[in-house]
Order: sequence, then C-alpha cells, then structure tokens
Amino acid sequence: MIKKSDIHIHIETKNLNVYYDNNYVLKNVNIEIPTKQLTAIIGPSGCGKTTLLKSFNRLLDLRDNIKTSGEILVDGENIFDSRVDVPDMRKKMGLLSQKPYPLPMSIYNNVAYGLRIHGKKNAKELDSAVKHYLQEAGLWNEVKDRLHDPASRLSVGQQQRLCLARAIAVEPEVVLCDEPTSALDPIAAQQIEKLLLKLKKEYTVVLVTHTLRQAKRLADHVVFLYFGKVVEQGPADEVFNNPKDPKTKAYIDGDIS
Amino acid sequence: MNRRILEEKIFKILMLASVFIVMGSLVIIIGLVVFNGGSSLTIEMFTQTSGGGYYLGRGGGILNAILGSLFLALPATALACLIGLGIALYLQREFTHPRISAFIRLSLDILWGIPSIVYGIFCLMIMVFIGIGTSLLAGIIALTLLEIPIITRYMDESIKMVSIELKEGAYSLGSTKFETAVKVVRRQALPGIIAGVLLGLGRGIGDAASILFTAGFSDRIPGSLFDSTAALPTMIYHLYASPYPLVRQRAYAAAFILVVIVLSISIVSRALSKRYTKFVIR
Repeated sequence: MIKKSDIHIHIETKNLNVYYDNNYVLKNVNIEIPTKQLTAIIGPSGCGKTTLLKSFNRLLDLRDNIKTSGEILVDGENIFDSRVDVPDMRKKMGLLSQKPYPLPMSIYNNVAYGLRIHGKKNAKELDSAVKHYLQEAGLWNEVKDRLHDPASRLSVGQQQRLCLARAIAVEPEVVLCDEPTSALDPIAAQQIEKLLLKLKKEYTVVLVTHTLRQAKRLADHVVFLYFGKVVEQGPADEVFNNPKDPKTKAYIDGDIS
Repeated sequence: MNRRILEEKIFKILMLASVFIVMGSLVIIIGLVVFNGGSSLTIEMFTQTSGGGYYLGRGGGILNAILGSLFLALPATALACLIGLGIALYLQREFTHPRISAFIRLSLDILWGIPSIVYGIFCLMIMVFIGIGTSLLAGIIALTLLEIPIITRYMDESIKMVSIELKEGAYSLGSTKFETAVKVVRRQALPGIIAGVLLGLGRGIGDAASILFTAGFSDRIPGSLFDSTAALPTMIYHLYASPYPLVRQRAYAAAFILVVIVLSISIVSRALSKRYTKFVIR
C-alpha cells in the first residue's frame, strides 16, 4: 500500500472547463495524476475522457470552436500560461492515439523524426537510438530488416507499437494513451498492455479506456468521469472494490454504460 | 426481365458510352495529328528555327517554339508553385480563420474560371504600366497568373485532407507548426500536390490565348527575358492560318510534339506521385 505522502502529483487540473461549440464537455474538473503510476480515466462513451486527455498537452488548440478555462498544472506549472513554450511542453507528453497514425515516412524515420527535430543529427547516434526505442517498444525483431520500408506497410498492431517507440524516443515524462488498444486485435492489444505496464516504471502513464477490465488489469489510480464531471477518483483498488459514489458502483457493476 | 436488372444494364451502357466518347476523342486527336502531320515530322523540325520562308513552305523547323514553350511554362510553373504553396499554407486553419480562408478559396475558384485571354489582356496592362513590350518575361507572368489558382487549390485541398490525428501525432512529439507543415503534412499531401502541379503545367504549356499578346512571336530562340518568343500553341495558330496545305501539315506536326510533351510530363509526374504515395498514411 502506497502512503499518500509518498505520492507526487505530476498533473493536476484546477476547475478545468471545456466547451466545444455550445456543448459543455468538461465541467469543473479537479483531478490529480500521480507520478510514475498508471492512471486510468474511465467512463461511458462521450463523457469527455478523450477531451480531458488531449487538454493535458494542449492538443485541443488544434481544433476550432473550443473554449477552455481553468488551470492544468504539469510539474506545478500552468500550461495555459502565455510564457509556456508549447512545443517544449508537448515534448514532455507522448501520445498514443485510438487508431495509430504513424508519420508518412519510413519506419526508421518515424522514430528518428522526433530525435532530429530536437537536435540529434549524428547518424551513428540516431541508428543506435532508433534501435533502442524500437526494442523498448518490442518491435525491433519484426522490423530490423526493413527499417526503410514505409511505416504504412506495417500491420495496425505494429503501427501502434511504432507510435509508442516514436513517442518515447523524445524522452517524455508522461505518456498519454487514448484507448490505444481499441483498434487492435486481442494479441496486439495484449502486447500494448504489457508495454504500458513496463512503461509506468519510468513514465507517468494516463490511459483513457472504455473497457473496465483493462482498467482493472492495469491501473494504479482511477478517475471516473460521467457526463463531463469527475464522480470519483482514487487508488484503483479503492475505486473498484469500495466505490464511494453510487454512480461509480453502478458503472462498475455494469448497470450504467 | 426484372426491372432493377434492366435499370442496372441501362446505366452500365450509359457509363460505357461516356467513357467511349472520351477515349474515342483521344484516339481521334492523336490519329489526326499523326496522320496529318506525320509527313512533316522531320529532324529539321527539332533542330532548326523557323525563318520567314517556313510559313510559305520552305525549309526550317520549330525549335524556337519548342524551347519557347519550355522557357515560358517551366519558370511560370515554378513561380506558381512557390506562390501557391504560400497561399495554400496560409489558408490552413493553423494560420487563418476558416471564414477568411473560405473567402480566399472562393476568389481562387473564380480566378480559375476566368478565360486565359483575360489574363493576357490584364498582363498587357501590367506591361504597359512597367514599360516592357511583348517578351518572355511578360509571357511568364501571364502563365504564372493563369496557373496559380489551379496549383493553389490542388495544394490547398490535399493539405486540408491531412487528418488532424496525424498532425496531433507530430505536435505531440514537440514539433512546431512549421516543422509539422514542412516535414509531416508536406509528405502526406505530396501526391495531391504533384497532381496539381502537373495540371497547372499542362494548362500553362498548352495555353495560347494568354501568351498571344504577352510573349508575342519570334522566329528566333529568345536570348533574354526581354525578347519576344514563339511557343508551340502560338506556332500552331500561325501555321494553321496559312493558305498552303503543306504549312498546315506542319501545324499538325507541331501539335503532335505538344501532345507528346504533355504526355511525357504526365507520365513522369505519375511515376513521381506513385513513389511518394507508398508513404502516405491512410
């Protein structure tokens, strides 16, 4: 059992509100995401899980008609502050999306891209770094003979692991995962789950998922979101075994979905 | 027979008829230029310029027009690409409010529909204003203006089609807007951009009306930007206006050369496009 005082908070939201067009998507969200643990954000479809996840690295900025208010503190620093260097802040947060979107280049360059834009240009260093991160993502053995093939030729499961490799290649502190196994077959999904368990030792992992069983298998910490509101949050065993809110209990029992 | 199956058959016949009209036209056009111009298609056509006697049936060639066409269309396309890329990037939501982009897109579509002769006349006004006569430079300006809307809209559409998830992937690696545009979006959009550039080049190299007043006509290969120049479309126009059947044959031969050039551009760009398409993420 982890004592509360041992937990460092990596990401914290304060009165976060998000409006999309005229929909009130996130309502006064106050959550804390602990460092180097796997936090699962659970809740029914359309409750704002993905919006919450994408607000952490300001990817919502890319979309039109979105209004945000409140604060998101990463390492104690508000990411909405005008002094924040947005690309630099985003570099700290890797992203694994629902459907893998590799970059339109070779397998090698998918991993090398992030390294290059952040200043690593030496060919030998790049080679060994690419190999290292592909190994970390459990993809090296499958692709070592065709590193210069287009990434689009890989299977969806391989593409997802490639996306993981490119994400950790820029040495983020957080890995944001948006239902990363929902487009994958069971075996590929299992590979990703194993990797996430490995990753949480070094990174803070935030996992959005709509499958409760996945959350139970992986999560240390759980946030339950229902119609844009945080109903309950806390250590996984407490939330799953001893929910305080009747809505959480209903969701866990499968009475609401 | 079942009514629905009959319906399907009728539509199939209609579709085939449409395809046949287009393919038939292509075959007839190529057949026509080869049949009529084949006998005039000599080595001299490619190696000699057209002296005054050429239009009366004496010896010579149309090297000045072939080179003139390339000198006009290639720089014009390059310029249109540069300007078009700037506009196309500006139109994206990262840089401009969608309402402003919509207005600019509408303007470009209107420009696309303006007849090329109008561009020619517009350019004539510019020439008078800056004080140059018919010249290679003026022709390049006219063709650039003609090609910009085509190339820009193609670039714009193919950049716009790049999915937001792909961009999110790039941004979450810490890319700046510029890096995302130049290193990621460009690769994804490249096949579409190449198609647009080809279309612009094809339009530019084949257009007669816009260069008629601007590039003028000359029997010599242009030596500088300020020399008048012939081009294949204007050459065809002058040759075909001749009363001599032999000279009119030469017009067909020139047309044949123009068709071959356009066809080669098409084949090359298709090959290029194919090379880049394999990297595109769907």
